[in-house]
Amino acid sequence: MTFSFEIPLLLLLLVTAVGAVLVEDLISAILLLGSYSFFLALVWAWLGAVDVAFVEAVVGAGLATVLFLLTLFGTAPKVSRLRLPPPPMAALVSLPLLGLLLLYAANDLPQFGDPQSPPSTHISPTYLEQSYQDTHTPNVVTSILMDYRSLDTMIETVVIFTAGIACALLLRRHSS
Amino acid sequence: MKTFFFLVLLVLAILIGAYLYRVLQGPTIFDRLLGLNGISTKAIILLVLMGTVFERVDMFIDISTGYALLNLVGALAVAKYLEQKGLP
Repeated sequence: MTFSFEIPLLLLLLVTAVGAVLVEDLISAILLLGSYSFFLALVWAWLGAVDVAFVEAVVGAGLATVLFLLTLFGTAPKVSRLRLPPPPMAALVSLPLLGLLLLYAANDLPQFGDPQSPPSTHISPTYLEQSYQDTHTPNVVTSILMDYRSLDTMIETVVIFTAGIACALLLRRHSS
Repeated sequence: MKTFFFLVLLVLAILIGAYLYRVLQGPTIFDRLLGLNGISTKAIILLVLMGTVFERVDMFIDISTGYALLNLVGALAVAKYLEQKGLP
């Protein structure tokens, strides 16, 4: 029962993704990407990752739509129609092959929620048992993000801050 | 009762398909925008139903409220864009 509801959600994801690529109007592509993010957040929520679903809804469906529209408003001419060139032959051949390869590799992954899989038996119990003694942070996710991976998180913050400064410098209005 | 909620989930997912047809096919941008709004209302209900199926409604209520707010912001942004840019 847990798996059977994923299939319609994944089908909807596929349809919106293909539609966003194939549609000939930029605003329509933005709207389709918004619905894509909605479905992706639904998939995350169905898998039990409620926080990831919330971030996907906030960033993907809300913020990205508004940012894309602002970009379109600042740059594009009045007519936002696209002429799609036909895709190159190499991509048409190699990308489905890559997809098949990934599907073949995904067979070896452990089942979703399998208690006997290596991460569930090997890594997760260590963090769950020892993170409070190591870091004195009650929330395990926070202790992993902020203590075990603190350098990674800090440099991510630096990257986002730099990108924000660059956007602010590029987009600021000249007062003259 | 759980099966009933699961069936409601499935029916709502099928209903989303009807909206999705309008979003993909819609001749004008307004059709697509209205379809997207319909999809997001269905998504809000789907989230609350998922919460009932998992018996953790309190967590899922939060995201569905966030969805509802974001839906408003997105629709306002598109309306603002179309107002300033002129109709397509």
